Amino acid sequence: MNKDSDKEGIVPAQLTPTLVVGAFLILLCSILLSLLFGPVSIRPDRIFLEIFGRIPGISIDSGLSKIEAAIVWDVRFPRIVLGLIVGGLLAMAGASYQGVFRNPLADPYLLGVAAGAGLGATVAIVSGASNGSGMFDALPIAAFLGSAIAVGITLAVGGAVGRSTSTASLLLAGVAVASLFTAIQTYIQQRESATLRQVYSWILGRLSTSGWDEVILILPYALLSVTVMFVMRGALDVLAVGEEEALSLGIRPQRVRWVVIAAASLASASAVAVSGLIAFVGIIVPHAVRLVVGASNRVVVPLSFLIGAAFLMLTDLLARTLQSPAELPIGVVTAFFGAPFFLFVLRRRSDGVI
Amino acid sequence: MELSNVEESSSVLNLESVTVILGGEKVVNSISLSVESGEWLSIIGPNGSGKSSLLRAIAGLVSSTGNIIFDSIDLSQLAPKQRAQTISIVPQIPVVPPRVKVLDYILLGRTPYLGRGFQPTKEDLTYVLSVVENLDLENVVERYVTEMSGGERQRVIIARALVQQPKILLLDEPTTALDLGHQQEVLELVDKQRQDLGLTVISAFHDLTLASQYGTSMALLVDGVVTNSGIASEVITEDSLKDIYGAKVSIYRDGETLSVVPKRQEGPRTKLE
Repeated sequence: MNKDSDKEGIVPAQLTPTLVVGAFLILLCSILLSLLFGPVSIRPDRIFLEIFGRIPGISIDSGLSKIEAAIVWDVRFPRIVLGLIVGGLLAMAGASYQGVFRNPLADPYLLGVAAGAGLGATVAIVSGASNGSGMFDALPIAAFLGSAIAVGITLAVGGAVGRSTSTASLLLAGVAVASLFTAIQTYIQQRESATLRQVYSWILGRLSTSGWDEVILILPYALLSVTVMFVMRGALDVLAVGEEEALSLGIRPQRVRWVVIAAASLASASAVAVSGLIAFVGIIVPHAVRLVVGASNRVVVPLSFLIGAAFLMLTDLLARTLQSPAELPIGVVTAFFGAPFFLFVLRRRSDGVI
Repeated sequence: MELSNVEESSSVLNLESVTVILGGEKVVNSISLSVESGEWLSIIGPNGSGKSSLLRAIAGLVSSTGNIIFDSIDLSQLAPKQRAQTISIVPQIPVVPPRVKVLDYILLGRTPYLGRGFQPTKEDLTYVLSVVENLDLENVVERYVTEMSGGERQRVIIARALVQQPKILLLDEPTTALDLGHQQEVLELVDKQRQDLGLTVISAFHDLTLASQYGTSMALLVDGVVTNSGIASEVITEDSLKDIYGAKVSIYRDGETLSVVPKRQEGPRTKLE
């Protein structure tokens, strides 16, 4: 019985230290790059020193001026942290949705999150409740409420908790709710065409921050949803054998599905509230991770957070530097650079199976 | 070779008027059966007679009325997790997820023993590896389940059911889609586990000969009702098969086992002109 010594080679799919450290290194490099470069050119070597100087017990004079230090710590850093959270949330939510629906094409906006947030944001912009910046800007809150309401209707109608044994009704309800919300949003937008540009720019997604306000706003929801998705990731692997077999293995599939969908929707709604609709991250990052480490949600869900965070940070770096001082919409950049990268990874896999 | 320790094997699975209603129809109609611990009950019956539904009711996968009592515990009162520690089922057509390796797939059978975070421990892995060794699957643990041939895949699925450490193993037509050699291999494997671990096995069968060879007792199901039960020679007769299956057969007895051979109505084949 006790033969695991000669079976060292046989390991189940799990989050190994190598994988975690690797993903963290990618994330750290992305943070560093994003701190070093930006539309305002500051000497990277000085920023390096400045960062080291912040480590407790080390005191170095980086030679940065007060304004330059402020740009690094008060402009770039909060935006990096926001990108980290938003990218991580979207990718992790995408991975979880794909696990719950057992469908590789499920994305975080599946159940009406995007349409709901779009309507909320449009209402906020049109009504003038959004002044464009500040802690008391109503836009994130309106967008969050909009997606929460949309997903709420989808779940109530689609019966995630009820006797329904297939996810099809849930997906159909999501499609219907999204169409309804989009229709209302388009109607309002048409009536108030003066705000069209503002609404449109929100829809394309952006990571502009005013200090730490946005980060503070979504941090509690981010922590809650990430914790739930992290804990439930193993149950998603059981769900992969279908509802009935999952029940025969001792889990309650309806409950798992309900909890994961709620958490993933909360994550997407929080992300959308502060960043608009950033396409692509929720689908492509989990797939890229899956192509490298295999299909187990145990591994894919947490790694998607780290890689999604790094991915969004790097695309944001491109978005704010490529045409500086103008900014490209980040949603455009994620798709423009993400798609070829993904095709590259897909091509390199011999089996090509997702 | 009847068990000599009948006194201590007191655990009996008792079905008391079990009824399953699907789509307004009684697919299992007030079935009462009793299976002694360590026995193998073969359930036979035509297509749609309720074999699968009965198995799924015992496993708690469809709601049923009546009582399903094992070891004086009403199984319907157990939470899914506890029930999965007592009963495991090998479905007729299991869902095999893509890109899942054999080891990870078998490890799913440990789910009822995992804590809140669903993380298998070293003990879980050790147990899984011992079953893997027992079933001669060591060489395939790194392969994807979807890539396996029918016989191997069935052994993998049985391995998943066994690592649940069940007391009752349910098999829903375990030999469908297997060739003759693999049918015997899979059933011998289950029988060995039954004898080694004292498992109680209930299996639905399509093949009457195999059903009679492996079952220590049999039950014939027709339209959700048990019409015949007992030892093979009592359940399988030319008359019962003709009435129920509408089949013309010859039954050959060789000691305790029987062979059911279909007979053609029209006589020998003729070549087309």
